[in-house]
Amino acid sequence: MARPITITVNGDKHSLEVEPRLLLVHFIRERLRLTGTHIGCDTTHCGACTVLLDGVPVKSCTVLAVQADGRQVTTVESLAVGGLHPIQEGFKQEHGLQCGFCTPGMMMSSFALLQEKPDPTEDEIRWALSGNICRCTGYMNIVKSVRYAAQKMKAAAAVPVEAGARS
Amino acid sequence: MAISTLIGASIKRREDPELITGTGGFVDDLPQTGLVHMYVVRSTEPHARILGIDTARARQADGVLAVFTGKELASEFQSPLPVTVSFVPEKKYPPHYPIATDRVRYVGEPVAIVLAQSRAAAEDAAERLDIRYESLPPVVDMEKAIAPGAPVLHDELGSNLAYDVKRAGGDIEAAFRDADVRISQRIRQQRLIPVAVEPRGVVADYKPFANALTVWSSTQIPHFVKVWLAVILGIPESQVRVVAPDVGGGFGSKIRVYPEEVLAALASRKLGRRVKWIEDRSENMKATHHGRAQIWDVEVAARKDGTVLGVRATQYLDLGAYCSQFGTFQAIALLLIQGPYKLQAWDGRGIGVYTNKTPTDAYRGAGRPEATYIIERVMDLVAQATGVDPAAVRRKNFIRQEEQPFTSLMGLTYDSGDYSTTLDKALEMVSYQQLRKEQAEKRKQGKHVGIGLSTYLEICGLGPSVATTAAAGIGFWGMAVLNLHFTGKATLVIGSSPHGQGHETPFAQIVAETLGLPLEDIDVVHGDTAIGPMGMDTYGSRSASVDGTAVYLSAVKVREKARKIAAHLLEAAEEDVVYENGKAYVKGSPTKAVTIQEITGAAFQPHRLPAGMEGGLDETTFFNPPNFVWPFGAHIAVVEIDDETGRVQIQRYVAVDDCGTRLNPLIVDGQIHGGIAQGIGQALFEDGVYGEDGQLKTGTLVDYLIPTASDLPMFETESLVTPSPTNPLGVKGIGEAGTIASTAAVMNAVADALSPFGVKDIDMPASPQKLWHLMHKNGGSKR
Repeated sequence: MARPITITVNGDKHSLEVEPRLLLVHFIRERLRLTGTHIGCDTTHCGACTVLLDGVPVKSCTVLAVQADGRQVTTVESLAVGGLHPIQEGFKQEHGLQCGFCTPGMMMSSFALLQEKPDPTEDEIRWALSGNICRCTGYMNIVKSVRYAAQKMKAAAAVPVEAGARS
Repeated sequence: MAISTLIGASIKRREDPELITGTGGFVDDLPQTGLVHMYVVRSTEPHARILGIDTARARQADGVLAVFTGKELASEFQSPLPVTVSFVPEKKYPPHYPIATDRVRYVGEPVAIVLAQSRAAAEDAAERLDIRYESLPPVVDMEKAIAPGAPVLHDELGSNLAYDVKRAGGDIEAAFRDADVRISQRIRQQRLIPVAVEPRGVVADYKPFANALTVWSSTQIPHFVKVWLAVILGIPESQVRVVAPDVGGGFGSKIRVYPEEVLAALASRKLGRRVKWIEDRSENMKATHHGRAQIWDVEVAARKDGTVLGVRATQYLDLGAYCSQFGTFQAIALLLIQGPYKLQAWDGRGIGVYTNKTPTDAYRGAGRPEATYIIERVMDLVAQATGVDPAAVRRKNFIRQEEQPFTSLMGLTYDSGDYSTTLDKALEMVSYQQLRKEQAEKRKQGKHVGIGLSTYLEICGLGPSVATTAAAGIGFWGMAVLNLHFTGKATLVIGSSPHGQGHETPFAQIVAETLGLPLEDIDVVHGDTAIGPMGMDTYGSRSASVDGTAVYLSAVKVREKARKIAAHLLEAAEEDVVYENGKAYVKGSPTKAVTIQEITGAAFQPHRLPAGMEGGLDETTFFNPPNFVWPFGAHIAVVEIDDETGRVQIQRYVAVDDCGTRLNPLIVDGQIHGGIAQGIGQALFEDGVYGEDGQLKTGTLVDYLIPTASDLPMFETESLVTPSPTNPLGVKGIGEAGTIASTAAVMNAVADALSPFGVKDIDMPASPQKLWHLMHKNGGSKR
């Protein structure tokens, strides 16, 4: 039986009827056609589907859409506001992606990390991203990408970063 | 070539903006209308007869459009799936069709397809199928599979033996006769599951009145898929279009024509609807091919000074249930064991075996990591047996630079190489002598520190057409079409099909450099057979050296025609016209120049062209390289093994690679990093395990461990450049080098760390549990 839910995604409110078994990732990809969030496994390991739920990174393949009812979801599509977000810029500058399939999830985990720890150490970055699998890069350039973003965001601290903060 | 500014520059990738903003287009992301979803019902039995499939209840389920069993589809296939001769022309192989009809041979083999309005409806309906099997005994172990009396997978072959071949050179008897030291060792190459983070996916759209098929597929080989869909389904090749959109990694796992590509296309033809199939990870682990899966029995003849005289080895290769398209490619290891060393003799035997497991095929490096692993383990076993330092053993056996080009025992000609210089550089980076002293100190403190060397030699750049036809049954080549537009912009269509490598950027760099065009004026197009119908696609680190050369030669041809047009415009003799930096002028008068944009404009106005010249400025090149290319390098891993947990910590990882000219060092380093990580995955984490019952026990990422960010160190990379004489750019390949080198470097380090315990060789992966037992089996006592 379909159930009505209201989820705010990247600042836009969506009221839709969904089947209780519909996963949040399918809601995002198929109902809203936001296809930046990817599906890379079915056991909550790869992290390609990572989004923020009320600001906290979750694997959207392990959250039901009905569980997100009344909550805020932030996806990769929200990061660039009037230009690339420093995290996106970091991934480009430091060659932090190759095939790019894991990258949206990787960036959302990085985003959450930098909210919590604006100046993370290498170990903190590696630990924070250990739930996101990348098969292409060997992670070294991803670590550098996050550091790049941290520096950039620190330098621009006077200018608030808006991505994910819209409501 | 002139000294360049763009070739060799670390230009940021042009692929990135879409991928980092979530606007890329992987198969599952593409907007498609009117879709029907396909679910592939797969065998749960490793080996069984299909007695019957009752589809009635499934057909009646909500949202279901059709259900087809293998038997119902069998008459539609005009050919089995392709199998290339692939380095073992002697092999016996059965026809392999996209879907089973009366017998299944591995868990995951397609037995039926369900077409429904949604994926969920299709999956729900699949549960209502009643499939009756008569179980047959599964064949799991390779050696038991070829023992007398073993159950046989393919009755028509008479046994499970696909081939038993010899690949030898030099006098092996003499080598063993002259040896002071003889070593025997069984070395395992465990089964690996490639796990590209994007699983496979297909959308197929057949238009009945035009008899035209369009397929979007997450593949490395759209051009091969086009040809084979045409052959298998009986559609003219010109009516088949295959698109490889953004592809989320391949590593060899998307290198073959897959059953699901054929099944989705066939379903589309039967229903007259657009059909989508997206593989989930659980499917991917068993339906997408595996790699490695070998056992090697190795015997070494050496002198006590560390000279390796000869190697005799048997490679048992587990092909799985069928011979996959490039299934025997991994046997190329038999041609490459010699590596960068001067052996007197090599005596190789290759045995290919069918078992009730997922077929194996290329996985990053395919045959080359195995060859390197064997010879690099051999070097360390010899070092251990003779007491000669592993670096000195390698130096003693290296082919010297002045001996290049060198003809190997298997008749292959190495194009260039300076092996001792890369090793020296790597040793210097780790301060090797000092490191050995520190290791001795730490050992006294009870710490298990190991240093592992790996000096690899790689063959890539498929390939010289003559050689690849003889060995693999296909003549390979590279292709590029360069088209200049009226306004002086350029479109470059390439025959390779990237899936994460970033070809667009370095290939645009080649054209920009050669023609003096602004980089942003060059659009690079790939992966759509409607735009570039011919190509040999991407695998085996071939794109830069083969297609990249085709790009360069097309640009040179365009430049030469541009110079002719410029001479006409400048009213000068052609030989007096100089072309540089996008301008042409008469020698000595650089101020009176015509730009490439002006020349291009003229090229489309026939009255402005020299008499007899055709209009347009576009050139196509099919490049057939005269040889393979031979990258090489030296990697060193420094590890410490935790005494209490057995966990390996990689403390340093140093890589010195020589891939010839580096078109874009940013991308080269990225390839090395990723390659190293995958090789470390094999050494320490990954293991595709089947139970004796033929079930895959590591069928999810819960059980199959992929290295994560917290498992790996920062890599220290350096490069040397020995330009390849095989192509005008001097480039080799770098896509697999990291993987080829790193498994051996890490395992040599682990074995070195545990040598005080009398350990000689450790089966991969070197898991904490395994190492803990090795360290503590005698209550922790060392020999």
